[in-house]
Amino acid sequence: MSEEVKILAIESSCDETAASVVSNGRTVLSNVISSQIALHTLYGGVVPEIASRKHIERINQVIEEALKQANTKLEEIDAIAVTYGPGLVGALLVGVAEAKALAYGAGKPLVGVHHIEGHICANYIENPELEPPFMCLVISGGHTHLVNVVAYGKYEILGRTRDDAAGEAFDKVARAIGLGYPGGPKIEAKAKEGDAFAIPFPRAKVADGPYDFSFSGLKSAVLNYINGCQMKGEVYSEADIAASFQQAVSDVLVEHAMRAVEEHGVNKFAIAGGVASNQTLRRALEEACKERGIAFYHPSPIFCTDNAAMIGVAGYYEYMAGVRSDWELNAIPNLKLGER
Amino acid sequence: MKVLGLDSSGLVASVAVVEDDNLLAEYTINYKKTHSQTLLPMLDDVVKRIDLDMNSLDAIAVAGGPGSFTGLRIGSATAKGLGLALGKELIHVPTVDGLAYNLVGSKAIVCPLMDARRNQVYTGVYRFAGTQMECIVRQCAVDIAEIIEEINKLEEEVVFLGDGVAVYKEQIERLCKVPYYFAPAHMNKQRGASIAALGLVYLKEGKTETAAMHRPEYLRLTQAERERNERLKHEQNTQNE
Repeated sequence: MSEEVKILAIESSCDETAASVVSNGRTVLSNVISSQIALHTLYGGVVPEIASRKHIERINQVIEEALKQANTKLEEIDAIAVTYGPGLVGALLVGVAEAKALAYGAGKPLVGVHHIEGHICANYIENPELEPPFMCLVISGGHTHLVNVVAYGKYEILGRTRDDAAGEAFDKVARAIGLGYPGGPKIEAKAKEGDAFAIPFPRAKVADGPYDFSFSGLKSAVLNYINGCQMKGEVYSEADIAASFQQAVSDVLVEHAMRAVEEHGVNKFAIAGGVASNQTLRRALEEACKERGIAFYHPSPIFCTDNAAMIGVAGYYEYMAGVRSDWELNAIPNLKLGER
Repeated sequence: MKVLGLDSSGLVASVAVVEDDNLLAEYTINYKKTHSQTLLPMLDDVVKRIDLDMNSLDAIAVAGGPGSFTGLRIGSATAKGLGLALGKELIHVPTVDGLAYNLVGSKAIVCPLMDARRNQVYTGVYRFAGTQMECIVRQCAVDIAEIIEEINKLEEEVVFLGDGVAVYKEQIERLCKVPYYFAPAHMNKQRGASIAALGLVYLKEGKTETAAMHRPEYLRLTQAERERNERLKHEQNTQNE
């Protein structure tokens, strides 16, 4: 490529205010994230109105810092990319309104980006050789998607969760055994002390959707197990519960992912999303890929969590494909992957 | 001096440009369409109609609250994004002040009423001496009965305006002891022109802020914060007992 294309990206779909400058869709020049986790911990989870309020307080500083760290002036930016869904509507709106005004004031094209597409594209950052087609499992606090990445910007959703997202199940189980929020890292840490095969929690199958997931049954099974122990006056091991729960999630994810890989004949598999930084899950998927001779990709934790660099990468490929958003761009909380 | 005024604090979305003593453009929509979709296209239309060079603006004035939380943030984020892109300062115009300024020069005292739900209004009380606006009661969130009681104490004629008028008309009629009337259609809701014109006054007084520092003033905590505070207070009380 002869000319450098720089994207300024903004992400505010949940509780991270983030901005990034990405060069040619693969090189991250800056990746600034202002996290609100500590604040929401007071409430045991993300409070949408508080998240929105924090976004508006931080967004300009975060964008200015991203430009500064990238040593880039706004004039040198080719396009502005912004997450416009899915996510919390009030939170999304801050980023969308800001990005629109910024693009309008600076006379730059605007590209609305799907949050999940961003997570998938996070894999391009540290894996220069990775190109579609590949299979991707997106697992986060709000999403569980098994996606066939057919080409840049072209996605085929094979399976999704019918109820709770994987990360949501982690949060709920963590709360049930008194570990608190955020559940993912806390369960993972606790599970290290426990026996993953101590309690046979169910591995749910969805009858009419071979690739779909369901985690609410698993969550209920954990709650029932705890209740049962309490009624019988038995002491239960939180570590065993954490480990066995995590194993059940892992088994289901591995089984679905590997069936998708085999049935679609792809030889590359990637994971993405906040829960993808769970090392136990990652190792299980990596192992399963290795057994089948499939290349395994995963982003570093900093690109697994919500960030704007991934939006910049996705925005770059959309921009190069000629995608432009108009000034009516709205936040769409339940935006479907592959739709505009 | 040239100021852009934005107001998306309530049902109305409004964009205006004021240059010194001239209103160059004003575009106001009072229709159920989301501000996130309408505000920037409205600005774009205004800019095109008057060949506005955005760089020629001296500052960007925005209705800074109170109002609909989401509506305020759409206006704020729009102003902040423009401010960042253009390197312009922002002027935070309190929404209720902006509403009162619709009736600049009024002989009657001015009382904007914005419906804040739960039997409350965002309101304030203002008096004009010519174009000079004096604030008698600073903008606040109170019960409708409470602000009418304040008005009654003043023993002066009052003009009410704002989307709270329709909501609390019955209570106003019942409780208000002083002569009163309601402002007519063209001046009884948020107007970008008032934000821009009052913004210009503030600009001359040096009352600006950076786009980065600007944030809406909600006049209310979030529900989660209120409930948490109540819980903490309750816990403290039970501990003390």
